[in-house]
Amino acid sequence: MTSEHNARVPAPAGRATSAPVMGRDSEATIFEYSSPGRRAWSFRSTGLPEWDASELVAPGLLRGAPVELVEVPERDLVAHVTRLTHRQYSVDLGAYPLGSCTMKYNPKLCDDAASLPGLANVHPATPASHCQGWLELLWSLSNALCEVTGMKAATLAPPAGAAGELTGLLLMRAWHDSQGETRTKVIIPDSAHGTNPASVTLGGYETVTVPSDDRGLVDMTALRNRLDGDVAGIMLTNPNTLGLFEEDIAEIAAAAHDVGALLYYDGANLNAILGVTRPGDMGFDIVHMNLHKTFAVPHGGGGPGAGPVAVSARLEDFLPGPLAQRGDDGTFAWVNPARSIGRVHSWYGNALALARAWSYILANGGDGLRRVAEGAVLNSNWLKSRLRGTYDIPFDRPAMHEFVASTSTLKKQTGLRALDVAKRMLEEGFHAPTVYFPLIVEEALMIEPTETESVETLEALAEALIRIAGEVAGEAAHAPRSTPVGRVDEALAARRLQATWDAVCQPS
Amino acid sequence: MGHFVPHSDADIERMLADLGLASLDELFAVVPDALRLARGLALEPGRSEPDVAFEMERLAAANRCGPELVCFAGAGAYDHEVPAATRRLGSRSEFVTAYTPYQPEVSQGVLQALFEYQTFVSRLAGLEIANASLYDGASATVEALNMAASPKGHSTMWVSGALHPNWRAVIKTFAAGSGHEIVEIPTRDGRTDWDAAPPGEPAAVVVANPNFFGVLEDVSAARTAADLHGAALVVAFDPVSAGLLRTPGEMGADIAVGEGQPLGTPMSFGGPYLGLFACRRDLVRRLPGRLVGRTRDVAGRNAYVTTLRAREQDIRREKASSNVCTNQTLIAVAAMIQLSWLGTSGLAELALRCARGARYTREALLGLPGVEEFVTAATLREFALKLPVDATTVVERMAEEGFLAGVAVGVESGLATIDGEALLVSVTERRTKEQIDRYVECVGKVIR
Ligand SMILES: Cc1ncc(COP(=O)(O)O)c(C=O)c1O
Repeated sequence: MTSEHNARVPAPAGRATSAPVMGRDSEATIFEYSSPGRRAWSFRSTGLPEWDASELVAPGLLRGAPVELVEVPERDLVAHVTRLTHRQYSVDLGAYPLGSCTMKYNPKLCDDAASLPGLANVHPATPASHCQGWLELLWSLSNALCEVTGMKAATLAPPAGAAGELTGLLLMRAWHDSQGETRTKVIIPDSAHGTNPASVTLGGYETVTVPSDDRGLVDMTALRNRLDGDVAGIMLTNPNTLGLFEEDIAEIAAAAHDVGALLYYDGANLNAILGVTRPGDMGFDIVHMNLHKTFAVPHGGGGPGAGPVAVSARLEDFLPGPLAQRGDDGTFAWVNPARSIGRVHSWYGNALALARAWSYILANGGDGLRRVAEGAVLNSNWLKSRLRGTYDIPFDRPAMHEFVASTSTLKKQTGLRALDVAKRMLEEGFHAPTVYFPLIVEEALMIEPTETESVETLEALAEALIRIAGEVAGEAAHAPRSTPVGRVDEALAARRLQATWDAVCQPS
Repeated sequence: MGHFVPHSDADIERMLADLGLASLDELFAVVPDALRLARGLALEPGRSEPDVAFEMERLAAANRCGPELVCFAGAGAYDHEVPAATRRLGSRSEFVTAYTPYQPEVSQGVLQALFEYQTFVSRLAGLEIANASLYDGASATVEALNMAASPKGHSTMWVSGALHPNWRAVIKTFAAGSGHEIVEIPTRDGRTDWDAAPPGEPAAVVVANPNFFGVLEDVSAARTAADLHGAALVVAFDPVSAGLLRTPGEMGADIAVGEGQPLGTPMSFGGPYLGLFACRRDLVRRLPGRLVGRTRDVAGRNAYVTTLRAREQDIRREKASSNVCTNQTLIAVAAMIQLSWLGTSGLAELALRCARGARYTREALLGLPGVEEFVTAATLREFALKLPVDATTVVERMAEEGFLAGVAVGVESGLATIDGEALLVSVTERRTKEQIDRYVECVGKVIR
């Protein structure tokens, strides 16, 4: 029964144009609020002897004066930082259809889980017998991620996707070494994310690019031509960065394995297939996941994330350690795999991010995770269908969790570029889509609405995008006007580098 | 089942109808049948929020920390106070739920906070440039080596044997890909013995100050070793000790790296932590990770934006010298808040208080029968001692008494190790005389 106090058509909750703004001034830096003698700090009374610094540090090592930071009272600090938060868009404020980034709403229960003192205050060198809760959590999460990906074993240590990639490539190298083989090349598609080729180089391999065909999928003929005994592996993401499912994946896996190469899965797009299909079943040997995309670890303005790596049985012994393992008596201990490539993190990875992911998996369960994928793919296809006819859809096949549109035609007609659309979307109360990625689409707008946006929000997103496409030539170039600052001069930032307040005060 | 997809059944039906589909399954028609997971995921059904909270609390209760296990352990993770201001501001959802600031016009909050963070790190390091964070101390060191390596070929790296053993392990893991030859320089009495370096032409020399044993190194000796070979000097520093010590830059570092956890982040079972990274101005074009610069908007107002982007993986791809994309921004923002809260006098006071606690504890422990110095070199906030009982046993027994006594450490072939005969003890500003006296008394008991 609908309450008559509620509107018949719900308002789009993902639209943030009502966010309050107090003024149009710049926020001063914390350094400008500083004044000698002011302070916020206070410390515990310890009752310890009050030796002077000169009694504790040899004179040659002791600094002359304290490091100059700032001198501000807590009230002013809080005001400054709170005003900074008001100059920041976020998922909690509104929709964030940033393709490839999976900016879904992250349930608040995960925040609470990660701030439990019994998790947050544990020293990493605590003897295993006194942190059994943590080891159990890591072990459980690792098992769940293996089930989701269809793999045998996993390390949770890599702190982000790119770190997972490099870990995976080093596993690939260790595998080939163990086979007495030296291979030199790794194949990636031309639509790959930039971290893929960068990681390939850091893994000591040479990147070989395979083009996409006119379906937007890996060109099988070109792939076969590039596959030889020098190829250590192929790195793919499926769905790929065009949001398309690589339908020939079984064939690709067979072709890779035929020449002794391994198949690597960039899990940045795992959200689309949760509970539907699994990289392991597709034939992948190594999988990294971005828990900060798929498993509701919030992005934190650019991190921290978590990039666990799961592998098939033949690679298990090479995983980085230590790994949490359950013994026959039900207690948990750290183990190091027999032929481990070694450590990849100071400790065990971004543990509190892992705790968030575990709470998210518990809340969703197996059925809920499949629902996530269904919601993500439904929303993406629905929004795409609303935009068809207004924007180019260069590879118009059934989309998975995201799709790529383009302003190519509009650019010829009215000069509208992807960048302009992005800036206008900010005025419309939304974050912009990803632009100019993947590189194989001109004037790309990569749109990933995620499963957590309502149909009214999708409709509002569609209306905004359609409105922008219909505007008179040149209109969008003025955007954004309602944001805390207008279009930012990026060239000036690079030309006159001011990366600290000190550089601002003493221009070189 | 999860309840984070907002649609009602009616919404879903309507949306499917709009797409001409009969079921949600049809959305996945492109997935070949043979690849479908017909059985569904073998995970438990989803739980309600209170049920999840209950389970997470059960796991948390199976760990001991805080007053149950009073912390005298350090070794790269320190039990500092995280004040309410840092905790509350650092968990504001505007910071927590934002993405990387790709659209600067709606990301000024994160960008300005990072600009202020960079300023603080640059001042702590005594170097002109600091980036917007890396994953942790170990990864920051790996990036420093890649930055120092000759752009053409593989390079030899001299790494102090008193650098954190886990960091050295990470460096060696990643060297398998980069091809760098990692040469670990042995220690003598807790300090790096640069005279013991084998012949070779290093591209970088890495030293920690204070080092893993809490010892203050002779950084000028490392500088001399670097100069002899035209190598870059990388100094790993501790941001709290920085309150008392001369900066890495002043001591000759070209690149400074560090673990930023002590700046407002709880011990968190080892992560997420914060990789501090600073370098000389003339190295900026090879800087790994993101860099925020100040500029103007169209109306001439101050604005902030990520800059010198052509260094990064999304533009340079296989030619990039670093693959970092997602970093540790939120932890960097917390560090910026923490450093503002401490301020000029607070950081100095914090360092002093840690050093006082360490001195008091060390002297008291050395008063116990059979306890000896592990190394004689001067230390600051952390120190290693030899006990009449094996350190691992001491840690286990002390845990029963309600203390995390420290970390068992040792030296093998001149190189620092985790696990060993000695006990590495760290004392932060949170430890009171009463706690320390009880701790020392208990150590006396368990080593008898
Ligand atoms: C397709 C793809 N691969 C890899 C990555 C790298 O992940 P991270 O940023 O966590 O290093 C990303 C996200 O940035 C991505 O979208």
